Amino acid sequence: MSLSPSALTRRSLLKTTAIGLVMGVSLPVPLFARSAEPPPLADYKPEYFTAQEWAFVMAATARLIPSDGTGPGALETRVPVFIDRQLAGAYGIAADWYMEGPFDPAANPQLGFQSPLTPAEIYRQGIALFDGWCRQALGSPFAALAPVRQDQALKLLEKNALAAGKPPAGATPAEAGPLVPPELRDFFTLLLANTKEGYFADPKYGGNHAMQAWVYIGFPGARASYAEWATRQNVRYPLGPVSISGERA
Amino acid sequence: MARQAQKKDVVIIGLGWTGSILGIELAKEGLEILALERGPDRKTVPDFRYPDVADELKYGVRNGFMQRPRDSTVTVRRNLSETALPYRVLGSFLPGNGVGGAGVHWNGQTWRPQAVEYRLRSYVEERFGAGIIPEGMLLQDWGVTAEELEPYLTRFEYVLGISGKAGNLNGQIIEGGNPFEPSRSKEFPLPPLPDTYDSVLFAEVAKSMGYHPFPRPSANASAAYVNEYGMQLGPCNYCGFCERFGCLNYSKASPQTCVLDALKRKPNFEYRVNAEVLRIEKAGDGKTATGITYFDADAGEEIFQPADLVILCAYSLHNVHLLLLSEIGTPYDPATGTGVVGRSYAYQMTGGTSLFFKDKVFNPFVGTGSGGVTIDDFSISQIDFAKEGFIGGSYITAGHTGGRPIQQLSLPPGTPAWGRAWKEAAGTWYGHAMSIGAHGSNMAYRDTCLDLDPTYRDRHGRPLMRMTFDWKPNDIRMTQFMKAKIEPIAKALKPDVMSSSYKTDSSHYDVRPYQTTHNVGGAIMGIDPKSSVVNRYLQSWDLHNLFVMGASAFPQNTQYNPTGAVGGLAYWAVEAIRKDYLPNPRPLL
Ligand SMILES: Cc1cc2nc3c(=O)[nH]c(=O)nc-3n(C[C@H](O)[C@H](O)[C@H](O)COP(=O)(O)OP(=O)(O)OC[C@H]3O[C@@H](n4cnc5c(N)ncnc54)[C@H](O)[C@@H]3O)c2cc1C
Ligand code: SF4
Repeated sequence: MSLSPSALTRRSLLKTTAIGLVMGVSLPVPLFARSAEPPPLADYKPEYFTAQEWAFVMAATARLIPSDGTGPGALETRVPVFIDRQLAGAYGIAADWYMEGPFDPAANPQLGFQSPLTPAEIYRQGIALFDGWCRQALGSPFAALAPVRQDQALKLLEKNALAAGKPPAGATPAEAGPLVPPELRDFFTLLLANTKEGYFADPKYGGNHAMQAWVYIGFPGARASYAEWATRQNVRYPLGPVSISGERA
Repeated sequence: MARQAQKKDVVIIGLGWTGSILGIELAKEGLEILALERGPDRKTVPDFRYPDVADELKYGVRNGFMQRPRDSTVTVRRNLSETALPYRVLGSFLPGNGVGGAGVHWNGQTWRPQAVEYRLRSYVEERFGAGIIPEGMLLQDWGVTAEELEPYLTRFEYVLGISGKAGNLNGQIIEGGNPFEPSRSKEFPLPPLPDTYDSVLFAEVAKSMGYHPFPRPSANASAAYVNEYGMQLGPCNYCGFCERFGCLNYSKASPQTCVLDALKRKPNFEYRVNAEVLRIEKAGDGKTATGITYFDADAGEEIFQPADLVILCAYSLHNVHLLLLSEIGTPYDPATGTGVVGRSYAYQMTGGTSLFFKDKVFNPFVGTGSGGVTIDDFSISQIDFAKEGFIGGSYITAGHTGGRPIQQLSLPPGTPAWGRAWKEAAGTWYGHAMSIGAHGSNMAYRDTCLDLDPTYRDRHGRPLMRMTFDWKPNDIRMTQFMKAKIEPIAKALKPDVMSSSYKTDSSHYDVRPYQTTHNVGGAIMGIDPKSSVVNRYLQSWDLHNLFVMGASAFPQNTQYNPTGAVGGLAYWAVEAIRKDYLPNPRPLL
C-alpha cells in the first residue's frame, strides 16, 4: 500500500473537520461525547482474520470506498474493524440462515444464496483463492499491488472471471475458465455489501467511525424524531447525526 | 409421546394481527383461550425502545424481528420442472416471528380491495367474457362481497386508528379522497398524515394531469387516538425507522399498541411463547380437530393441547404449511389440477421509477411507513381488460418511508457499484431522490402453488413447504402498462435523471431483493369445497371446528397491500363464530 493506515486516519480527521465546516456545523473542537479514541487501525488486533487476511481486507475495502476525493473512505471509517467483528459473530457463522443440505451452489443465482459455506468461511477461502490468483497472475498478493492493478483485479473478481494463468488474447472471461468455484461465487457480493454496511451502520459495530459517513451524506443517524420537519419543503435539515450510544457530530 | 395438557375451549396458533383479534373477540365470550406463539415475547419496552431500535444493521439488514430461516423457511422453484432450493437467507419476503407477528414491523398501509376484486371471475365474465381469461389462470370469486365486508373493514380500521380521507362516503364521492374506492360507511378515524415534499410534488403533478391524488390510508397515527379496547396511540413522529422496525413511539398500529395489553388483562386468556405448533390433530371420524401438538422450546418437549376450537393465525404461508403437514384437506396436484390445499399461490406485482433532482432536498429520513399520496386512476376497476390485454391493475404512489443509508440510498443509473465514483455519487445524490411506484395485482395460475418439499426438512424433521412461483405474461403486461403511465408523470416533474425498474418479458422471480411480504393464497376461501379450502366464514370445509385466518384465503392477490382485507375478514369470521358457530357447532355451509 502506498499510504499507511495511520497516515490515512490522520488525514481523515482533518477532512472531517473540513466537512463539518462545509455543512455549516461549527466544529473547532469535535462535539461528540465520545469515549477515548480507539487504537489506530494499524494496531487493531483482528478477532477473526489472520494477518494476511487482514492485510487483504484493509487493502480491498480501501479500493471499494477509497479515501481520495470527497468524503471519508473505508479506512478512516474503520470498515475493516466492522467486517472483522461481523465475521467473528452471529453473521459470520450464518446463525440465522438455513444451512441444511443438499447444496447446489451452482444453481441459478435468482434462487438465492446456496453455498454450504458460512460468510466467515467464504471470506477465508475467498481471500486465499483471490490472493493466490493475484500472486500468480499479477506477481504479488493483492495488498501489495498498485491501486490501479487492485481495481483491475477486483473488477475480475466482481464478475467471478478470475482465470488460471493469463486469459488468451480475445477470450471473454467466461471462456477463459473461471477459477472461482460456485460455493465462493458470492465472495465479492458479500465483501462489497459488508463494506457498505460498515460504512453506514451505527458506529457501535466498529465502522462508520465518528459517524463520518453519516456526516458526509447528511443522514442524522438515530435521531428518529422529525414531526415538525414533515412539511418543510426543500429545506435542508440542520442537525448532524447522533449515534445509538449518544455520540454527536 | 407428547405430554397432554389440560383442555382449553380455544387454541390460537400464532399471535400476530389475526391471532390477537380472534383472541380478544373470543375472550369476550368468556371462553378459556390459549394462544401459542412460536417466537419470543415482544413489547414496546424493552424491544422497540429508543434509541436501540433505530439500528438499521440489526433490524433492517439482519432482520432482527423476522423469522430466522434456520428455524422456518420454504423452498422455491420457478416452474414445475425446476428443483426447488431452500430460501436460505431472507430476501424477497420477511415473515414475522414472535408476539405481534409481522404486525410489529409492517409499514401500515391499510387498504380495502375494490368491489370487483371480491368477485373477479364473475366481473370478468360479465363485463368482458370468459374468453379473455388466459390459459392456466385460476380466476375465482371470494364468496363474500364488498357490501358484506364493509362493516368489518371499518371495524378493523377503527381498531387501528387509520389516518386517511374517505373518497366514497355512503355512495357520495368526496373531493380529495379516492373516488374509485368502494363505498364506506364512515370517514377514517383520523385525518391524513401531513405530506412530505415528494408526496406534495407527486400530488401536484398528478392533479395537473387530470388524475385524482389522495392520501394513503395509514396505520401511522396522525393524532392521539383511543380505540374500542381502550388502547392508545400517540401521533407519529416521522422517525424513518418504521417498516422492518417496531415503533418506538406508540404510533404505529400493531397488535402491541391496539390489542394486546387489553387482551392480556382478560383472566380467561393465556399465551405462551417459544411454542411452535407442529400439527393440528384430527378426530378419528376426520370431521373435527381434537387440538394441536406443539413443541415447548423452554421445556424441550412436545405437548398435546386439546381444544374444542382451533384458530389458525400463523401467517398465510405457515397456515398452508400446517394444513399440509396435518393432512387436512386434499393437497393440490398441479399435474391434474385436482385438490385444493396449496392451490392458487399468488404474490404482488410491483415496479417503480426513481427521480433524481440536483436542486431539490427531500430529507428522506423524515419518513413514515405508510404516509404518502396515491392515485387509483389505473386501478383494477378502471381498466378495460379486453382492450389492454391483461387482467389486473395497480395503484400508483409516492411517499418515502425513510432515508436509511444502507438499504435506502438510491443512486442514478450508471453509477459504479464501488470506488471513488460510487462514494462521490452517494454524497451528491443522498437526499435528492424520490420515487413513484406501482403496486399491483397478481393472479393465481395452475402452476403457482404450494406443496411439501420432497428433500428439505426443518429442525423438527418435517418437510419444508415448497413454493412454485414465477411472473406470468398477463401480470408483466399489467406492470408495463403502469410503466407507460408513470414515466410521463415522472417526466412532468422534470428530474435531472430518472430510472425505471419494472418486470419485463425476460423477468423471472428472484428471491434475493425484497419485494413484499404479501404472500397470498394456498388455503383459499370460496363457496365450493372442490375449489376452496375454507368457506366464506374462513371455516375449514373438512374440520368444522378449524378456522383459518389470513391472506392464505385470497383466491388471487388484489392490487393492494393485504392487511386491511385480512383484518376485515378476521372480524367477519369471528362474528360468524360467535353468533352462529358457538351456539351450534357445525359446518356453517
Ligand atoms: C416489512 C413488511 C412490511 C409490510 N407492510 C405492509 C403494509 O404496509 N400493508 C399491509 O397491508 N401489509 C403489510 N405487511 C404484511 C402484514 O404484516 C401481514 O399481512 C400481517 O401481519 C398478517 O397478519 P397475520 O395474522 O396473518 O400474520 P402475522 O401478523 O405475521 O402473525 C403470524 C404469527 O404466527 C406465528 N406462527 C407462525 N407459525 C407458527 C406455528 N407453527 N406455531 C406458533 N406460532 C406460529 C408467527 O411467529 C407470527 O407471530 C408487511 C409485512 C412486512 C414484513
Ligand atoms: S414512522 Fe411513526 S409509526 Fe412508524 S415507527 Fe416511526 S413513529 Fe412509529
